[in-house]
Amino acid sequence: METPQIDSARIAEVARGALSRGDIERRERVFTVSDLGVSYNGKPALEDVSLDVFRNTVTAFIGPSGCGKSTFIRCFNRMNDLIPGADVAGTVLYHGADLYGRNVDPVEIRRRIGMVFQKPNPFPKSIYDNIAFGPRVLGMKGDLDERVEGALRQAALWDEVKDRLKDGALGLSGGQQQRLCIARALAVEPDVILMDEPASALDPISTTRIEDLMHELKREYTIVIVTHNMQQAARVADMTAFFSVVVAEDGSARRGVLVEYDTTTKIFTTPSDKRTEDYVTGRFG
Amino acid sequence: MTSVELQQETTRRSRAWKNRLFLGVMLFSMFVAFGTLAVLLVDTIVTGWPAISWQILSSLPSSVPGEAGARPAILATLYLGLIVLVLSVPIGVLTAIYLEEYANRSRWWNKLIEVNIQNLAAVPSIVYGILGLAFIVRGIGVGRVVFAGGLILTLVVLPTVVVASREAIRSVPDSIRQGAFALGATKWQVVWRQVLPAAIPGMATGSILALSRAVGETAPLLMVGAVVYVPFNPTLFGQYTALPVQIYNWTKQPDAEFQTLAAAGAIVLLVIVLSMNAVAIFLRNRYRRQW
Repeated sequence: METPQIDSARIAEVARGALSRGDIERRERVFTVSDLGVSYNGKPALEDVSLDVFRNTVTAFIGPSGCGKSTFIRCFNRMNDLIPGADVAGTVLYHGADLYGRNVDPVEIRRRIGMVFQKPNPFPKSIYDNIAFGPRVLGMKGDLDERVEGALRQAALWDEVKDRLKDGALGLSGGQQQRLCIARALAVEPDVILMDEPASALDPISTTRIEDLMHELKREYTIVIVTHNMQQAARVADMTAFFSVVVAEDGSARRGVLVEYDTTTKIFTTPSDKRTEDYVTGRFG
Repeated sequence: MTSVELQQETTRRSRAWKNRLFLGVMLFSMFVAFGTLAVLLVDTIVTGWPAISWQILSSLPSSVPGEAGARPAILATLYLGLIVLVLSVPIGVLTAIYLEEYANRSRWWNKLIEVNIQNLAAVPSIVYGILGLAFIVRGIGVGRVVFAGGLILTLVVLPTVVVASREAIRSVPDSIRQGAFALGATKWQVVWRQVLPAAIPGMATGSILALSRAVGETAPLLMVGAVVYVPFNPTLFGQYTALPVQIYNWTKQPDAEFQTLAAAGAIVLLVIVLSMNAVAIFLRNRYRRQW
């Protein structure tokens, strides 16, 4: 049996600007997840996940379809609350406070922990109104025009849309729409940005732009990203968590588990679990 | 070898024939639907055209065909339409929002409401007329007035408005709601600022079509006492007749000239209803969205 080949180009990608484990772990813990499990209508979808997310880093969740990585990311802003029958067990601490505590308002959480979805979902309104929606509903003070411009600049979209802010957002290209959605999330001054496969519906050039953006944004924000694309995780993430699917012995139930969580360099070069190695070397999934 | 080719040729011909046959059946169905409508329209217009004049719009009804008009009936029909609009749209839209956005579908009472709304839309309008007579006209003693008629017609079209509004709300993709929630919007803000504006064109179209149905209704109004002869302008709480009732009444008159008047009245009613439908179609096309 041949030894797994780890692509040297990938190592080079990983090495680019990679932080050491020590560097990362000295940072503040934004999220501390312990023994988290999610079930839908009593059927477990994800079990026993414990990990920390560090400030001003990009943390990637990778794994095959059905491994629960999208379910997991939606625990961080309590979007699972919106799904009837979804139940979250275990704890998620956000800067030390329990996200699922009794007196916690999910609405307040979501303004601090923004989210960008897999498919660009601009509102059927003008570009300006898309960005202004968040500040408006939250009653944020200050000049709205400035806020809109600032958010669009941060999302590297300002130059492309500054002359047509009143035009409908649905007329933008897919990549522009996704950057608009990122700008929309930034406009409410979040602390964390969750991205659920943000580039999976985009062409390679748009994907590159989104990835460059993540490198920029992590200076100010903490970013958590779910991705199908391992190269993307290798390019953008400081920390990577690999999830896998466990099938019950009788084949009836499938649930996601966290296999390995470490620095991206470690995950892609010297993973400690055989399943991670098989996945990142392309033998599986 | 030859037999194989022959068989293929036969199959091919049979398939082509079926193709043409089906097209023919569809064309015939379309002809039945639209041909009947066209004949009806042409016949009405030809019969009623001589009586189309300022008089039918402006005069009061009379036993002399040459002097008779339908002003009170036209006005009452417009009032009825207005009452239905003002009552059925807010109630219908709010009901639809509750059912689509707030109701927990696993609860038995919400399921019951769902089934009932579907059924109510299919109840014959005369049944609403009887209900209205018993509970509104006599029960709470509103009397045989325009307002009572408007209430009954509201009941008749309410299920339709609810169903159409629910369709419109359901057609707003969930990704819009999720995007708004993810920004920290409350449920109310998501519904009011995102879902509702996106659903308005669909709701408006459905409501106007329901309204044009209300304007053409006759049976429940006969039941709740639209009076046949009203020689004065209607008021909200006064006696009234409606245009369809007036038309019905004219057709019952033995004098042939009244038949012409009835046809002319039908033309006026058609113009009212078709212009409402035109507004609905305009709204639908103007605000059609691609998600």
